[in-house]
Amino acid sequence: MVPGVKTGLDQARDYPNHKFRYPTYKDGGRGLRHHEVGWRVILLIGRYDTLAGACRMTTTDPAWQSFEQRFGAARRARRTESTLILVILVLLFMVSAIWTDFSPEKILAGLPRIGEYFGKLFSIQPSQSAPPVAVLSWPHLFGGVKEPQSVAYWFYRINVYATLLWQTIQMALLATVLGYCAAFALSFPAARTLTANRAVVFVSRRSLEFMRTIPQVVLAFIFVWPFGIGPLAGILAIAIHTTGALGKLFSELNENADLRPVEGVRAAGGSWLAQMRYGVVPQMLPGFLSYGLLRFEINVRSSTIIGFVGAGGIGQELKRVIGFNIYEEISAICILILLIVVAIDLLSERVRHRLIGALV
Amino acid sequence: MSTADTHLLSRKPPARRAMQWTFGLGAFAYFVYLLWLFDFERIFTGLPKLWVIVRLMIDWSLFAEWDHAELLRSMVETVAMAFLGTFLAVIMALPLGFLGARNIIPSAVFRFLTRRIFDGCRGLDQFIWALVFVRAVGLGPIAGILAIMVAETGILSKLFAEAIENIDTKQVDGVRSTGASRVAELRYGVLPQILPVLISQALYSVESNSREATILGLVGAGGIGLRLSERIQINAWDQVAYVIVLVLITVALIDSISRWLRLRLIGKQS
Repeated sequence: MVPGVKTGLDQARDYPNHKFRYPTYKDGGRGLRHHEVGWRVILLIGRYDTLAGACRMTTTDPAWQSFEQRFGAARRARRTESTLILVILVLLFMVSAIWTDFSPEKILAGLPRIGEYFGKLFSIQPSQSAPPVAVLSWPHLFGGVKEPQSVAYWFYRINVYATLLWQTIQMALLATVLGYCAAFALSFPAARTLTANRAVVFVSRRSLEFMRTIPQVVLAFIFVWPFGIGPLAGILAIAIHTTGALGKLFSELNENADLRPVEGVRAAGGSWLAQMRYGVVPQMLPGFLSYGLLRFEINVRSSTIIGFVGAGGIGQELKRVIGFNIYEEISAICILILLIVVAIDLLSERVRHRLIGALV
Repeated sequence: MSTADTHLLSRKPPARRAMQWTFGLGAFAYFVYLLWLFDFERIFTGLPKLWVIVRLMIDWSLFAEWDHAELLRSMVETVAMAFLGTFLAVIMALPLGFLGARNIIPSAVFRFLTRRIFDGCRGLDQFIWALVFVRAVGLGPIAGILAIMVAETGILSKLFAEAIENIDTKQVDGVRSTGASRVAELRYGVLPQILPVLISQALYSVESNSREATILGLVGAGGIGLRLSERIQINAWDQVAYVIVLVLITVALIDSISRWLRLRLIGKQS
């Protein structure tokens, strides 16, 4: 419609009770003018055409039909698959639950004992025979070392824990260094692009795989027999696992190395060792160091638990206090382990970012 | 430029070189100190004993007499523990992940608290949780399942929360513009986007947990680890080797199943 021009139809809409529905125009004519009729007819035909086309498409157009069919089939298949997966998961869940005697009753039966832990943690015994009195309040909890069972009091053996934590970190450090060196040495023969001899590649890859698949706690448990109870067994176990894990990562890095520097060194008459030293190592050093630090984080975590089988560190102490039910010491050691793990994570993350920034 | 010149140019300033030497020597001295501190000379007395153990390990002449039924049963129990623990962890971690995501709940205080709880679950190793739960619910696989559940909930909640924070908001806006409720928004706007991450993480967790669950038994939390520790304690080294081989085969099997499933469920996109 032409905007701004009042037509007969507009007048009829605005003044429905007007005596003459179709007023006269300037030229004296009456009724719908031809241009108004034309617009309406065109719109009507257009609408009908679209509607009819849509109907025709959905009902008769073969392309549309096959699309509908395929879409429906795909949706049905997807729904069936989802249901099937859900059913299998639930079945697996039930089978596993039956196999492991897992039931809500058993967990509920254990809950009072968890309550007992907190009960003992937050109560004091005035004398040997007297019943324990619950003491749980903010002023008491942060009452200081003198107040029995306050948070500070849990840490009354902090000097022992500090020594053990330091030992744990040193264990992780030594194991990481040893594993790093071994992985470094093994990663060059394990890289397919750098070593021509297939047998050497195969043997070094398989040995790395073997080293990282045996759980390190099991390895530590075995090592306690020949090497005696103490940190040495733990360090060796973690070092072997580190060798396997880092060796794989390093060899993958080596395989992605740019070979042009290697060819350059070879062209200058360098031996295989020189090719590795001057061709590959300078490219890969940031990656190696970054992975090494990441591994140090993981090893700190491992060395806190490796003591459970008698292989040194804070884990040995934790196992002892759990065995004797010394609740305040359990809490203290758990908090310390948590703090040290988080602290080392943050520290190593910062160092890694700086290192990558400085070397790349 | 002559070679002497380039040589001079490439030399580092003496102060820096001295610092590097001091640092290097200090690190080396510390390394030697650590070797001394942890009695590394014991390696040489221990190696012959280790050799004896290795020789005993590869002697499988009594293979027919071992208690295969018990070992296989424990192996299945281990996998069942890993599966159950991870399954429960996924169920717990999904709502927790939504609660910990910044774009779902904007409160900074709430987010800080949920994140610290995740860190608490994560920071202590599964092994420590297992020891705690063995005291609480007694010896057996349930302690192991609970330990896996708690530790894995911390890990997965954090990952899910991060995945939810990284979603594309356009899809959510689209669902909201149709006048959908908040739940429908999460279901059709958020969930389809995080589902691939969720599935692939859950599969990976089952894999890594069946690896970890083999050692939980060492503290009495059920599974093959218990059998392993019994056999180590009575020095039945041939059976120890057999159990380790069983573990390796099982882990490899689960790895390949989960790789196949991942490919099947979320295609080649990850």
